Amino acid sequence: MADVVTKATRESFGEALCELAKENDKIVVLDADLAGATKTSIFQKAYPDRFFDCGIAEGNMMCIAAGLASCGKTPVAASFAMFSTGRAYEQIRNSIGYPGLNVKIAGSHAGISTGEDGATHQCLEDVALMRTIPGMTVLCPADHYEMMAATKAAIEHEGPVYIRLGRLAIDSFNDPDTYEFELGKGITLHEGNDITVVATGLVVNEARKAVEALEAEGMNVRLINIHTIKPIDREIIIKAAQETGRIITVEEHNVIGGLGDAVCDVVTSECPVPVRKVGVYDRYGYSGPAWELLEKFGLTATGIAQVIREEIAKK
Amino acid sequence: MNNSEKRQLRVLAAKARLGAIIGTFNAKSGHPGGSLSAADIMTYLYFKEMNVDPQNPQMADRDRFVLSKGHCCPSLYAVLALKGFFDWDELTKLRHVGAMLQGHPDMKGTPGIDMSTGSLGQGVSAACGMALAAKYDKKDYRVYAILGDGECEEGQVWESAMFAAHNKLDNLTVIVDQNGLQIDGPVAEVCGIEPLDKKFESFGFNVIKIDGHSFDDIEAAFEKAKTVKGQPTAILAKTVKGKGVSFMENQVDWHGKGPNKEEYEKACAELQATIAELEGEC
Ligand SMILES: Cc1ncc(C[n+]2csc(CCOP(=O)(O)OP(=O)(O)O)c2C)c(N)n1
Ligand SMILES: [Mg+2]
Repeated sequence: MADVVTKATRESFGEALCELAKENDKIVVLDADLAGATKTSIFQKAYPDRFFDCGIAEGNMMCIAAGLASCGKTPVAASFAMFSTGRAYEQIRNSIGYPGLNVKIAGSHAGISTGEDGATHQCLEDVALMRTIPGMTVLCPADHYEMMAATKAAIEHEGPVYIRLGRLAIDSFNDPDTYEFELGKGITLHEGNDITVVATGLVVNEARKAVEALEAEGMNVRLINIHTIKPIDREIIIKAAQETGRIITVEEHNVIGGLGDAVCDVVTSECPVPVRKVGVYDRYGYSGPAWELLEKFGLTATGIAQVIREEIAKK
Repeated sequence: MNNSEKRQLRVLAAKARLGAIIGTFNAKSGHPGGSLSAADIMTYLYFKEMNVDPQNPQMADRDRFVLSKGHCCPSLYAVLALKGFFDWDELTKLRHVGAMLQGHPDMKGTPGIDMSTGSLGQGVSAACGMALAAKYDKKDYRVYAILGDGECEEGQVWESAMFAAHNKLDNLTVIVDQNGLQIDGPVAEVCGIEPLDKKFESFGFNVIKIDGHSFDDIEAAFEKAKTVKGQPTAILAKTVKGKGVSFMENQVDWHGKGPNKEEYEKACAELQATIAELEGEC
């Protein structure tokens, strides 16, 4: 296994764009005065002629991206998730989603781990917003290696894609020698039949730690990493519902409209089993250091392990 | 305003800057640059211009203030603390878990904050709503909003400008903190907004250009604004981002990070020297 890389997924994203741009001259990148923060600055530095700062004007940026895409470019439009998906939601819906244009939308500083900036910047709704747009692919990679692969897949995919990026530097857990990314396919990280945990993004590694710790307590927990929230891997979820009878979803997002609801949509129609959603319960965040907040919201290994114990006890 | 009053304002503004430094140091994050550039204007507003009561922050007919560039709240918090809305010590807990002072202004949790802001371009529209309410209720309170110059790139700013002029909101004064910088670089290089005076004029505003660090200029502008009927006023205030802390002045880099221990001590020493010097003159 290669060394653990400790890196924010926004940084991996910026690096991936540079890699991909070498072979693909259609890629252009737009930002809205947050290039240094979203890390599109890495691309800007390498390809200044293919980078356009739109200023603090996210709605405008999305429609400029739409226009570029209609002329054959593959535009990547980045800002904080709050502003790229929130401020510009309707522009994305009507000018990118409806015409099915090939725009890649990036939302960085997603989730509670945005930290000190507080509620106005902690986007807990982006996945919900982007899931409602027909034809939108929604990606939420969990570590450096997955982000590199997901960015490549997003660019290669023809059509609108939303990709969620984190601010916080996190440890990688995937092994680049064996890791395979397939759009729309979940990955089983740990086998088990007592219960299934389905996680996405930054909290996947936390769930992994929880599942490994519980193994010592004699619990066999299946862990599924869902990097593609839409279209979701129905097969892997139905199989888990059938074989383990109970599901826990974990996401750094409002429990309304995110991964948990996407999983519920699948199981309620095919194989109803109890689903417990771990996430942010229909509230705003607040300021604080990222890890302290993750702890408070029960999104670290300790909090997740506790929920797994409770749910297994109910079986 | 006589010289002694002016000196007092300068002392208060230096203390507000100190508060912004204390806050962003303890938070290990936040936005010192734009906090420092707007400190003189906010000090003037709370200590000379606005009718507010720290004992009764919700007073119905108070003047309203909206920090549309919400990220610059550290110096606003310091001004509110100096004015007596809450304890100065709150600044040391800025952005901590459970703190009253959030990373961006929260009107539900912090006395003295009239509007929750942080998403650029929105506060100025809310200020229009407040000014409209005053007109509708035939009240004579006034509404003030500070915008960043980068913030003026948001289309919503111009939607609000159109609305304010159309509705003759002469009780609204918008101040643009023209420090010339945003996050990705100088405003002129990222997505230029000039000529800003002509833009506001053509949208129907009474436009006044000032030095945003001169209390004489600031006073004259606010006094003039009150005499203009049927039109909102835009005060375009030329400022220095990071003003008052030598190594932060005009540095893009100091937009959004807290000072480390060494920088903190240096900044405090500079501001304390300024305060001592001014107080010595009193
Ligand atoms: C809608 C929105 N987009 C982006 C941001 C991120 N952001 C925070 S401050 C800032 C730059 C602001 O520059 P300016 O208005 O000139 O403020 P100042 O120089 O006074 O700090 C940006 C882009 C935001 N807060 N809101
Ligand atoms: Mg500025």
